[in-house]
Amino acid sequence: MTAAARSYPAPDPAPHVSALTWVSVFVRTLAIQGSWNYETLLGNGVGFALEPVLRQLPGGVHTDAFKAAMARESAYFNAHPYLASVAVGALARAELSGVPAERIERFRTAICGPLGSVGDRLVWAGWLPLSSLVALVAFGLGARPLWVVLIFVLMYNVGHFGLRIWGLHVGWTRGLAVASALANPVLRNGPAYMARAAAAVAGVAIPLAAARVVGSDGLLLDGALAAGGLIAIGLVRVHGRVEGWKLVLVLIALFALVSVIR
Amino acid sequence: MRELLPLSMLGGILGLDVVCFPQMMISRPLVGATLAGAFVGDTITGLLVGVTLELIALATLPFGASRYPEWGSAAVVGGAIAAALRVEPAGTLTVGVLATLATAWVGGWTLVKLRQWNAWLAGRRRGGLEAGARGTVIGLQLGGLTSDLLRAMALTAVAYALLFPVARAAVGLWTFSQPLSRAVTVGAASAVAAAAAWTIFHSARGARWYFAGGLVIGLLLLKLR
Repeated sequence: MTAAARSYPAPDPAPHVSALTWVSVFVRTLAIQGSWNYETLLGNGVGFALEPVLRQLPGGVHTDAFKAAMARESAYFNAHPYLASVAVGALARAELSGVPAERIERFRTAICGPLGSVGDRLVWAGWLPLSSLVALVAFGLGARPLWVVLIFVLMYNVGHFGLRIWGLHVGWTRGLAVASALANPVLRNGPAYMARAAAAVAGVAIPLAAARVVGSDGLLLDGALAAGGLIAIGLVRVHGRVEGWKLVLVLIALFALVSVIR
Repeated sequence: MRELLPLSMLGGILGLDVVCFPQMMISRPLVGATLAGAFVGDTITGLLVGVTLELIALATLPFGASRYPEWGSAAVVGGAIAAALRVEPAGTLTVGVLATLATAWVGGWTLVKLRQWNAWLAGRRRGGLEAGARGTVIGLQLGGLTSDLLRAMALTAVAYALLFPVARAAVGLWTFSQPLSRAVTVGAASAVAAAAAWTIFHSARGARWYFAGGLVIGLLLLKLR
């Protein structure tokens, strides 16, 4: 976390925002990457998500203050899409509290890095693979299709929606001082715990899932797992130079070709 | 091909979920292929394709601006193809997985093009953005969402229309047995999953031992069944 992100004082008492406005902001944060592009990244999405709150600025949507805030909030921004709600909450508070534009712009610049790296480690490299692997274990243990899908979707989205709601709340309550919330033990230590849990679950899930797909032929399953293990070692050794899924595409395509033409 | 329109709608919704809205990960192949299989009338085949692809998808996490396969629409294509060809089961899992991987590759490219299109639109409306025009911000966001939905629908429809006849012909000429075909396909997928698990988790202290412990438990469970 940068010093600039830490240095803001706690905000003044919060202005009133209706529940309906918060629902609107929350739904819009779900679409925060709707116009993601290589120029402004999430920027337009942040402006889009904040727009219902900014309507509460004195004088409404036709004032210079509203337009200046919209322009400021729609500029370049980058973060993990779920944790961007932290920034949305904090920026909503800052704009309605009349925080000077320079401070808001400094905050937007400073908070990008932490929100991106924490979110990537926590969600993409932690919660998502863990949820997926738990569902694969359920499949391997014989769960019916509906349960396999439900286990994944429910488990993943408890974390997903929980993180977004927490982010919006903590951003709003702490305003531009929100960076300290990123030192929360769940965000700081959670990825390491999740990585260990996911590693253990991966060890259980891979053979069980493979066994249910292959069926009752034990010899073929043993062969598949042994060959898979060897290829995996090779893939780890050439990590970064060969993408596993592309290699598999080529291998399976060759297998299909042989099966069809022999 | 009566199923083309509803499948393209399903592919559109799941394709939209990948990046734009609402990112609930219903676009993961485990969900997408199973739903498509259920839609075509064979949920189990869809699930088998989805599980095999989910093992592969562990290696492709959607980090930031990186280019990754678009699993949402692709899983619908592969799951539906495999489920529709269930009467000749030997090669269905393999062709379903292949169809998904090929579509996901092209889908990743279409996502890059969509991002360039969004940047072009934003560039054309730069004046409105700099002036803080509410309509411009909302218009760009809705335009991006609509473009992504249409992209995913078109991708699903075109991929299914092109790949289904090829897959049907391949399954008709398939010579390997069903168990062998499945073993090769899932063996390859397991390799990617194991390598991905190592790559993602090895930086956590002790993760390799957790993986080894889990593997022992998994293999013991297999032997005890």
